[in-house]
Amino acid sequence: MQNLKWLIGACIFCIALPSQAALQIFACEPEWASLSETLGGDKVKVYSATTAKQDVHRIQARPSLIAKMRRADLVVCTGAELETGWLPLLLQRASNRKVQPGQPGYFMAAEQVERLDIPHVVDRSMGDVHAGGNPHVHLDPHRVAEIARHLAERLAQIDSANAGFYQSRLADFEQHWQAAIESWQQKSEALKGLPVVVHHKDWRYLLDWLGMKEIATLEPKPGLPPNASHLARLKKQMEEQRAAMILRSAYQDNRPSEWLADKADIPAVELPYTVGGSDAANDLFGLFDDTLARMLKAIKQ
Amino acid sequence: MEKVLQWSAATLAVCAYSSMAAAQQADNSMNPAISMVLQGQYADYKQDPEVYELPGFMLAGEAGLAEAGFGLGHGELVMSSNIDDLYFGKLTLAIAEHEGATEIELEEAYIETLGLGSGLTVKAGRFFSNVGYLNSQHTHAWDFADAPLVYRGLFGNQLIDDGIQLRWLAPTDIFLQVGAEMGRGERFPAGGASDEGKGSQAFFIELGGDVGVSHSWQLGVSHWSAEIAGRQSGGHAHDGGAVEIPSYTGDSDVTAVDVVWKWAPDGNFAQRNLKLQFEYFKRDEDGSVELENSGPPVETTTYQGKQTGWYAQAVYQFKPQWRVGVRYDSLESDNTGSDADVLGEAGLDDEGHKPERTSIMFDYAHSEFSLVRLQFNQDKSYETADDQIYLQYVMSLGAHGAHQF
Repeated sequence: MQNLKWLIGACIFCIALPSQAALQIFACEPEWASLSETLGGDKVKVYSATTAKQDVHRIQARPSLIAKMRRADLVVCTGAELETGWLPLLLQRASNRKVQPGQPGYFMAAEQVERLDIPHVVDRSMGDVHAGGNPHVHLDPHRVAEIARHLAERLAQIDSANAGFYQSRLADFEQHWQAAIESWQQKSEALKGLPVVVHHKDWRYLLDWLGMKEIATLEPKPGLPPNASHLARLKKQMEEQRAAMILRSAYQDNRPSEWLADKADIPAVELPYTVGGSDAANDLFGLFDDTLARMLKAIKQ
Repeated sequence: MEKVLQWSAATLAVCAYSSMAAAQQADNSMNPAISMVLQGQYADYKQDPEVYELPGFMLAGEAGLAEAGFGLGHGELVMSSNIDDLYFGKLTLAIAEHEGATEIELEEAYIETLGLGSGLTVKAGRFFSNVGYLNSQHTHAWDFADAPLVYRGLFGNQLIDDGIQLRWLAPTDIFLQVGAEMGRGERFPAGGASDEGKGSQAFFIELGGDVGVSHSWQLGVSHWSAEIAGRQSGGHAHDGGAVEIPSYTGDSDVTAVDVVWKWAPDGNFAQRNLKLQFEYFKRDEDGSVELENSGPPVETTTYQGKQTGWYAQAVYQFKPQWRVGVRYDSLESDNTGSDADVLGEAGLDDEGHKPERTSIMFDYAHSEFSLVRLQFNQDKSYETADDQIYLQYVMSLGAHGAHQF
């Protein structure tokens, strides 16, 4: 009887152990939280610092984020200066050596892939430009695939006991992802070459992948909110060079795009931008499915 | 042939130039991040700012009013960098005009560990004390053009000391941080670097978290104490005589409570947000005050000081770039001593007056790096009420600033 008690106790311990030992991941954005969950499964516990409703440029290093980073084994962020206003401060305040730059626990997704629009000259008169290039890389599925490979490698390095597990999750993800890319590319044929107006330059990689053209931004300069005189100029521009649609994300003010849509009679489309940005965008697959569905719906109207 | 020569000379020149540029870049790549802050203002007062006083409080440090008319604010030059994988370092030079002379002051010069393990961090050098909420923020991060009255009255605007800080961050979901500081105790409101240059101590505990996705908060309780040997404050002269400088020697104990609450719809600060902030301070002092250069004999009194003060403010960003804020300040003192006349001359008599001030401000931030602010104060620091207007700019150049909570 006594032995049985011990056995039960040991079993509970065995069951409890994996969740105890789960790798704590601090993701700066929902897309990387989702990718981490996809690759890590039940071996990881993921916290996302932001939601799809928040402008990640403007996050504050609030106490709850410091507390979360304190316990993280791995920080997965975009990097390339996207979180420059808050990530360095969190790293400094969290007092966690494992996730400092240069450590295995510090993973910057955008720095794993080639970035577009790396400026030759940077000056603040150009707006809030990033010297490291456009950081919004997660809307190109090919780059996501490359980042996934690097992230799986990193997970295996940090948690070597489960290296095989991460590799098989990656293989599984890659297989589904490649199939999804093919189907997305077929579906998106109708979008190729279409000119669009965007709120902020966060669609750069999506448009590049789909072969679409960005002809104007609602923001007069990156990071500056749209103003009346700039919108009036865009309205005039639309008379000569008509865009197929106006894109904005869930976190951006809908009034400027709706105003221009109304005046220029062009559909304004709210895209999820990241995981959680719409009901259908509940993971990375859903994100791209819903993004394409919304754009295709807009051109059919 | 000539052409070939020219061409190869040009190539050589280009090669030399590019390798020079590369070498330069390699040298510069390890340079610290550099940022600058430029501030300036136009100030308008109904009363003469030179006669400003805060009855019941000894003023020193940067506690006075900005000069009337056009003036430069507090400029800053900041350099910071990781030193290696264990240490981070930061230097802040404050550049200010005082009565026509440019003064450069070493405002911060500290090193800090980057994760010693177990949530411990050590900071050493000259730094803003972690007492209170606003104290550790630079003037350019303030929501108003001037310091809360309680900071002006107790700390000469900000509490800075040379010393060491140890803090520990708990491994909990709720933010819980405790820390202690030990300082030299030479700068106002300490003085004399007593106990062989270990004259001041501080303790703090901070709690914080989120409520849903739209709200976040922080609560702090802190305590600062010092053994003070000769804290000097602003002096005055009697008809041609030497300037009499009040000087305090004794114990000082400050207890502070601070609460900050922030709200933004969906936690998205870019569109709209509200920040509520409240701080309360209480200072008890027990010792003696003498008027240096008075007499002979030197005028002196025992001194038991009881001073309290608080402020509450709300700042609302109603659309991107635009904010409006209100603030109310209140101070009170009940100081006693053996010689009421000396206390009065030292500015420690409250003259039957409770200082208070009401402020309202509007600011416009064209980008994250620039800000223009208009502020009105109805200032009842002393018996005669003053109407004050500030038109101010605060500009950040260089490395991207941190979004502090």
